[in-house]
Amino acid sequence: MSLPKYARPLLMAPIALLAGCNVVLLHPAGAVAAQQGHLIVVSTLLMLLIVVPVMVLTIVFAWRYRQSNKAATYAPEWDHSTQLELVIWAAPLLIIIALGAITWISTHILDPFRPLRRIDAGHAVAADARPLVVEVVALDWKWLFIYPEEGIAVVNDVAAPVDRPVLFKITASSVMNSFFIPALAGQIYAMPTMQTELHAVINHAGDFDGFSANYSGAGFSDMRFKFHGMSGADFARWIETAKASGHTLDRAAYLELQKPSEREPVRRYAQVADRLFDSIVDRSVNGGNLTAASREP
Amino acid sequence: MDNTSTLLRLVLGRLSLDAIPYHEPILVGTFCVVALAGAAVMGALTYFKLWGVLWRDWITSIDHKKIGVMYCILGLVMLLRGFADALMMRAQQALAFGGSYGFLPPHHYDQVFTAHGVIMIFFVAMPLVAGLMNFVVPLQIGARDVAFPFLNNFSFWMTAFGAGLVMVSLFVGEFARTGWLAYPPLSGILSSPDVGVDYYIWSLQIAGVGTLLSGINLIATIVKMRAPGMSLMKMPVFTWTALCTNILIVAAFPVLTAVLALLSLDRYAGTNFFTNDLGGNAMMYVNLIWIWGHPEVYILVLPAFGVFSEVVATFCGKRLFGYASMVYATVVIMILSYLVWLHHFFTMGSGASVNSFFGITTMIISIPTGAKIFNWLFTMYRGRIRFELPMMWTVSFMITFVIGGMTGVLLAVPPADFVLHNSLFLVAHFHNVIIGGVLFGMLAGITYWFPKAFGYKLDPFWGRCSFWFWTIGFYFAFMPLYVLGLMGVTRRLSHFDDPSLAIWFRIAAFGAVLIALGIGSFIVQMIVSFVRREQLRDTTGDPWNGRTLEWSTSSPPPAYNFAFTPLVHDNDTWADMKNNHYRHPREGFIPIHMPKNTGAGFVIAALCALYGFALIWQMWLPAAVSFVAMLAAVIIHTFNYDRDYYIPAEEVARVEGARTEALAAHV
Amino acid sequence: MSESANTLPAGASPSYYLTGEHHPENGTLLGFWLYLMSDCLVFACLFAMYGVLGRSYAGGPTGAELFDLPLVAVNTSLLLLSSITYGFAMLEMQKSRLSATLSWLVITGLLGAGFIYIELHEFAHLIHEGAGPQRSAFLSSFFTLVGTHGLHVTFGIVWLVTLLVQLSKFGLTAANKRRLMCLSMFWHFLDVVWIGVFTFVYLMGALP
Repeated sequence: MSLPKYARPLLMAPIALLAGCNVVLLHPAGAVAAQQGHLIVVSTLLMLLIVVPVMVLTIVFAWRYRQSNKAATYAPEWDHSTQLELVIWAAPLLIIIALGAITWISTHILDPFRPLRRIDAGHAVAADARPLVVEVVALDWKWLFIYPEEGIAVVNDVAAPVDRPVLFKITASSVMNSFFIPALAGQIYAMPTMQTELHAVINHAGDFDGFSANYSGAGFSDMRFKFHGMSGADFARWIETAKASGHTLDRAAYLELQKPSEREPVRRYAQVADRLFDSIVDRSVNGGNLTAASREP
Repeated sequence: MDNTSTLLRLVLGRLSLDAIPYHEPILVGTFCVVALAGAAVMGALTYFKLWGVLWRDWITSIDHKKIGVMYCILGLVMLLRGFADALMMRAQQALAFGGSYGFLPPHHYDQVFTAHGVIMIFFVAMPLVAGLMNFVVPLQIGARDVAFPFLNNFSFWMTAFGAGLVMVSLFVGEFARTGWLAYPPLSGILSSPDVGVDYYIWSLQIAGVGTLLSGINLIATIVKMRAPGMSLMKMPVFTWTALCTNILIVAAFPVLTAVLALLSLDRYAGTNFFTNDLGGNAMMYVNLIWIWGHPEVYILVLPAFGVFSEVVATFCGKRLFGYASMVYATVVIMILSYLVWLHHFFTMGSGASVNSFFGITTMIISIPTGAKIFNWLFTMYRGRIRFELPMMWTVSFMITFVIGGMTGVLLAVPPADFVLHNSLFLVAHFHNVIIGGVLFGMLAGITYWFPKAFGYKLDPFWGRCSFWFWTIGFYFAFMPLYVLGLMGVTRRLSHFDDPSLAIWFRIAAFGAVLIALGIGSFIVQMIVSFVRREQLRDTTGDPWNGRTLEWSTSSPPPAYNFAFTPLVHDNDTWADMKNNHYRHPREGFIPIHMPKNTGAGFVIAALCALYGFALIWQMWLPAAVSFVAMLAAVIIHTFNYDRDYYIPAEEVARVEGARTEALAAHV
Repeated sequence: MSESANTLPAGASPSYYLTGEHHPENGTLLGFWLYLMSDCLVFACLFAMYGVLGRSYAGGPTGAELFDLPLVAVNTSLLLLSSITYGFAMLEMQKSRLSATLSWLVITGLLGAGFIYIELHEFAHLIHEGAGPQRSAFLSSFFTLVGTHGLHVTFGIVWLVTLLVQLSKFGLTAANKRRLMCLSMFWHFLDVVWIGVFTFVYLMGALP
């Protein structure tokens, strides 16, 4: 019998984790992602309460009641025990009740559509603070970020000042993608004709990976961008760089941009057509309006 | 001139020589191997003059045992294809780092992961599950066959021809590049104008009809054909899980049929169900396909749970602990599996209350599942455990599956899912439950019932090799994916920028190689067992000291399964019979009423496949012809009223006499 | 769990097999009913699609503009009538009167064919007006739901004709009676679905 061998590969994962690679989900730089990472740890620990005993008991029983061990009790007709059955239904039930409560609360607190209440564990969002609005469009196969208040747009590069809440409004041009910056916050789908929202905040300056987390066709693997957490001054300079580019993203330029292409370099636009994002959502960039408005009779 | 080209277009559609991928060395190589193997098999069949046997005894057979065996063979053959895809993915992801793009361009890689998913679920797991249910259920309930034997044969051939279409896509045209659920708009005509998605649609439609009919068949069998005395609460647990699985099939597969039909209307007829423009709504597709897709997961895993229940009771030499709670747990899982589909897309933004509802319903499923695990555990408690192969698979399952269950519940917490969704963590999770649950279960089941089907046990040494390679290989292949998921790595990427990830992918690739050795050992096990079949022969019909009815008959069972219909007094019927010193009948045999073989199922299914192929390539004329032929074949079949015959009493007496002698010689 | 075995008198071994021939119940009607339930789910999906997309006109015509309710009412009565005539055929079948059964079945088939004719006429008219299934999601779901029902009725008619031949050839055998009962369930099922279509699609769709 060599059952304990099972345990060996099982031990590998935690050891490897300790080896200290970049496990971004558990050590993120944004408050939302930090709470989500915390939730992973708490839920896992809660479930280990029952998973570990099951594993241990499996191995213990398998070993103790092996055929060659004649010393062990053998009760071939024993097949029922009301108390025991109550326990085996109640134990998972209790854990699920606890986890269900955590789920209900955390799902509401971390609802991506809900404006942030705090910047990090210690600081509430100021009552009069308005989030930075970033409009995100998933194109084939690149990301367009529009800053409507600043009047600029950038392809495959996005930035936000540290500790300022950001509201991402997200849509897509042709197929479904998922907007995901693991260090910042959880993902949300980017879907054509629809708009999703994500409220998030970055707490540390740095360059973080962002990408599409939903397969979207040939250029999907390179549909990546950098998200920069910046100081207020750096962010202002970042906006200025776009303003200085001199390019304009009018509707014609957008229609050109949305054609499928891969591995697009960062591009900056100093000006953006009015209400471009809204017309992408209701698919009226090239004049026709075929969905949203016409859904009403 | 114009007329000929129009005619040619009607006949050939968009099929041309360009559709043959002779410029792809991997595919040409694969084709050569498949062609050589095919030629070898055909040559052998011709040389040994087996064509007639093949046609009479297998292809046209309506015997549930043979159909069950054919399902399992189909599943195992397709496992080789699906696993070849897995190896290519693991190799690609282990190589494509930094500047390297690996050896598979996206065009090819995207087909590989799509085909892998489709094949593993529809043409490996489903046939194995259907095969075991077909083989075992009538034997366990003391029936002579299923309720609709012809339909059973037809269902099998629909599944087989569905699988055939996927294989054809390898060499004629291409397969879908959309992921295994083909979400629109990506699978719509604008983003995927090629034949790939059409291959996907038609192979699944054809196989899906087969699965649905087989589901109806087995429900009717279990409800109507149980041996006298076998009340529902005396049914073996495997039969219970089979009943629940088939109810799920009948309640879920029509949704798949409908949603794929709507997708094909979008693609063929220009309708606007899931398009971006003119009011279409792609979210409906995602909802509907998961309303099928989530029950599908339980369709696969419930029979595996059934296998473990049988195995654990047999090899612990003990009644199953908590039979009633096992049954209730199965039924509860069956019902709940309909209330959780939205957890596959929390990230669509349904709102906190909807997400929490589906998250919590998902978690609730872990309660009956947990109860099941405990029931197996307490069956082992105070047992006398024989660690034969099926039991080893079971223990390995119990340990592996709880990890998968735990990560599954973790993914059911919506905010956690927001960071883990679509990541390699998710990939690791579902492989953890599908390999650790379904596949281990099917391998346990195959090993367990193999002697019943063929009259000899499988070779234990090679079986152990296979077991250890599979188990250890599984951990090497998928534990790194959990880690990668936590590192924020998403699925379906064909190459990576960050070289620090490489080590994890290489560990995973090593795991895949171990699993390959496991599959290799399994094949060797089959061959060695066949060669050593005389040493491994089971003359008793009860090689494992089993507890349920199938072990009361000979191995392999006679065509009629039981000379006399059994009477049932206890849920471990055979154990009860043995306790009461049952003697099998020696005389008084009567003629047995049996269904006749027919080739109609094969012919109609073949015409269906032809119809599908013609539609894939938009060959309107062959499509119309094959459709009319299909309809005609069905109608002609209904004119055949001569569908049964009697096995004469003398023949039964002869077969049973031989069994009496074999048993006597054994004692 | 082993009460029944234990209730036997001590020492007596219970009987473990029937000595005579065992005839399990025929499962055809149950099986066919299960098939109908699965078909019902196909329709449920189509109804759900219509429920979601039924007002997505995309600037195109609405149900209120398109539907010709009097024509649909005629159509509905044809189908309902055909269910009644099928019922008469079944009554005759119970009395083992072959030719009366056949006559009622022929009338049922003709009513069904009339239904299909009117439906095709309606479809052709809509397409001619530019309100084909490609025009909007509303029309896609309308044509698909109604068309799927029509396709079922068409196959029902093909089946009915096949049965007519089989009945006149082989008479009211047990197998043929079973087939008649299956087709009966199918036919009434289509009627029930049509009532859903009529209410949900036509009547509610005609509301502004």
